[in-house]
Amino acid sequence: MPVQFIPSDTKIPFMKARHVAVIMSIVMSIASFWLVYDRGLNFGIDFEGGILVELHAEDDIDLTALRSGLGELGLGEVSIQTFGSPDDILIRFQRQEGEQEEQKTAVDHVVAKAGEIITSKITVRRVEYVGPKVSDELVTGGIIAVALAIGFSMLYLWWRFEWQFGVGAALSMVHDVALTMGLFAVTQLEFNLTIVAALLTIVGYSLNDTVVVFDRIRENLRKYRKMDLVELIDLSLNETLARTILTGISTFLVLFALLIFGGDVIRGLTAAMIWGLLIGVYSSVFVAAPVLPALKLRRETFDETAKTDTKP
Amino acid sequence: MLAFTRWQTILIIAICLIGLSTTIPNFFSRQAVESFPSWLPSKQLNLGLDLQGGAHLLFEVDTNAVIKDRLEALQDDVRNSLRPKGADRINFTRMRVQNNAIHFDVTDVAERPRALEAVRTLIGNTGSGFNPGAPDLEVATEGQSGIVVRMSEAAVAQRKRAAVEQSIEIVRRRVDELGTREPSIQRQGDDRIVVQVPGVQNAEDLISTINTTAQLSFRMVDLTASVDEAMRGRIPPGSEVLEAVDAQGGEPTHYVVRKRVLVSGDSLVDAQPSFQDGQAVVSFRFDSAGGKRFAEATRNNVGRPFAIILDNKVISAPRINEPILGGSGIISGNFTTESANKLAVLLRAGALPAPLKILEQRTVGPDLGADSVTAGTTAAIVGTIAVLIFMIVCYGWFGLVANIALIFNIALMMGGMSLIQATLTLPGIAGIVLTIGVAVDANVLVFERMREEIRAGKSAIAAAEAGYTRVIVTIIDTNLTTLIASGIMFYLGAGPVKGFAVTLTIGVITSMFTSVYVTRLIIATWLRRARPRTLPI
Repeated sequence: MPVQFIPSDTKIPFMKARHVAVIMSIVMSIASFWLVYDRGLNFGIDFEGGILVELHAEDDIDLTALRSGLGELGLGEVSIQTFGSPDDILIRFQRQEGEQEEQKTAVDHVVAKAGEIITSKITVRRVEYVGPKVSDELVTGGIIAVALAIGFSMLYLWWRFEWQFGVGAALSMVHDVALTMGLFAVTQLEFNLTIVAALLTIVGYSLNDTVVVFDRIRENLRKYRKMDLVELIDLSLNETLARTILTGISTFLVLFALLIFGGDVIRGLTAAMIWGLLIGVYSSVFVAAPVLPALKLRRETFDETAKTDTKP
Repeated sequence: MLAFTRWQTILIIAICLIGLSTTIPNFFSRQAVESFPSWLPSKQLNLGLDLQGGAHLLFEVDTNAVIKDRLEALQDDVRNSLRPKGADRINFTRMRVQNNAIHFDVTDVAERPRALEAVRTLIGNTGSGFNPGAPDLEVATEGQSGIVVRMSEAAVAQRKRAAVEQSIEIVRRRVDELGTREPSIQRQGDDRIVVQVPGVQNAEDLISTINTTAQLSFRMVDLTASVDEAMRGRIPPGSEVLEAVDAQGGEPTHYVVRKRVLVSGDSLVDAQPSFQDGQAVVSFRFDSAGGKRFAEATRNNVGRPFAIILDNKVISAPRINEPILGGSGIISGNFTTESANKLAVLLRAGALPAPLKILEQRTVGPDLGADSVTAGTTAAIVGTIAVLIFMIVCYGWFGLVANIALIFNIALMMGGMSLIQATLTLPGIAGIVLTIGVAVDANVLVFERMREEIRAGKSAIAAAEAGYTRVIVTIIDTNLTTLIASGIMFYLGAGPVKGFAVTLTIGVITSMFTSVYVTRLIIATWLRRARPRTLPI
């Protein structure tokens, strides 16, 4: 027999907490923007340009020795970090003055120097070079993509529902993006091109959640024409609660599997999506829904039978 | 909603079976698939470079250099046309190439009409023939005493386009010569070329093979001036100082060579690496016109040295011992077997019309790729099993139905991607795994709705019916909004984002199909057969 995790007749007064929640959301969003501004994001070479070399050694690597050794090469700031395991490292340094030849020489020097310092056999697993022109374009492309995704979804909801729904969804998406960027500013996890994909997916998932709630609100607006709007939103949130949580859990299960088993290359992507999943669920309940009464959603639009319902 | 016509049923089952069958090749090795009978599907998932290892390179064709080169060559002709033989020369100052045009000032304004006439005649003679009907070059006066020879916008665009197309062709020939497996060479935007070569270990070699301009020329060494004098700036007119190709270490050697080209690399029809006296050399053959010119030049210059120049560097400057009449010869220099082979490849493929600049390079070693595939597959399998168990725990028999749909969904996704040969990247695998989690959303919506309807007192069939009817709008709305986001990702995204968007899009479409049609068909059939009084949900 199936287990029902979420009781069927919850009556959680979500909307009672809406003022606190909205204030908290605004504070968190502003804090995130400020953190991004103040601490900055740890941009990967996709956005900042530069050179990245991933090396694999057969034994653990002495990072301190490697750091000072590579520092002597005069390539500017060289960042070295282990990648997943202590015998796997990422070396990042800036684009070198000059043309292709200089970049190649720099990579050769780094690999040769690393070979001297690391006693065990090393293999080059990955080399990436992103020029300044491309990285600028990727930044612009990323920003436009996120903005367009939010804009088009807002228009779609405006068309399918009412403008208040569009605005509510857009605000909750901005909130999700802000908080995710905030997470990256706090943790200083690398912010690269795949994170933009994660942002867009977060926007998509959060929107999914929001639309489910909005759909139920619309249905209830037609069903209970006398009910107070706030009460009605609470009812709708409770009715969709089981779905919100179950889908959330199932998505979390796969993302968790991806986080544990998916390897280091996409760990940042997965971490961002898990965070976004939590934020997205929160924002559809506490950001998107409270916007409706705040924007004075007019109920008459949903009274399809109102015109024929003439009073005696 | 629960009634299906016979045709609908057949169609749904057929799509599922086709989906399953198109995934089959992915469970076999490439060799095994090639031996499949022809009626079996044979397309495998197209793994991105991050999964199979290889090099991704983005180049930009420096199209401005093409225009500049052309105008600089023309500048010499213009200069000569103003100093005609047997007539008075026209004095001018400040001749320069600027903004797709040659500018100069005539010293004596009264001479300007004659200068205009001379330049016009010259241009009439050179007539480039790119745009019949519209002249490539326009001659006009400017300012008090200036004359401008401007290349028309159409001609500039035309030349740039031609340079990019020609570059792609030459890059293709060069990469093909390397004999790597399935290289992909594509144009991106106006002036960019993406080269993807799977399985390449050393991208640096590949890059230098691709972006060496490889302009070869044979010119005479100028013996009228010593190198030392020329280095101090006293270069005879019509000559220039060029460096020799790097010998191992030491000070670079210089040569004073004539600017006039005896024969250029364009006249080559073949080049092969070979050996002479145990030394690696490149032997070459000219076409008949080139051979004749080379024969004449060598006949007139026996005893004097000539220079073999590649991309403005002197490879060697041998003495002409006797006229070379056969139209073929050898280039010797400090070659190793490899460098001789590489030069031969470059010469055979032809010179690039413009320099190529590398903008982006991503190389992934084959073992990292293999590790990523293993990691992605493990995550997908573990994630799928977790969701399957979760659904059965939550919804029992209905969960099982949703699971069947989920399996078909995964099959359809893999099949769809194999069929359209979309590239599967590592973020793409993440996209698939995410879709597996989200795919059950539609079923969760339906099942939760059924529970509500049962609580509202509806019969089994009515509840099942209402579950689908009421929820279909929500499912469409949610999936369309996801499609909007993934569509934007596809159009604007680069590389990994695009791969992610493709799998997400395919996943949304297939999951809508399986979670709406497949589960509904199974549940409808079950309701008809079992006639339950209550829904076990």
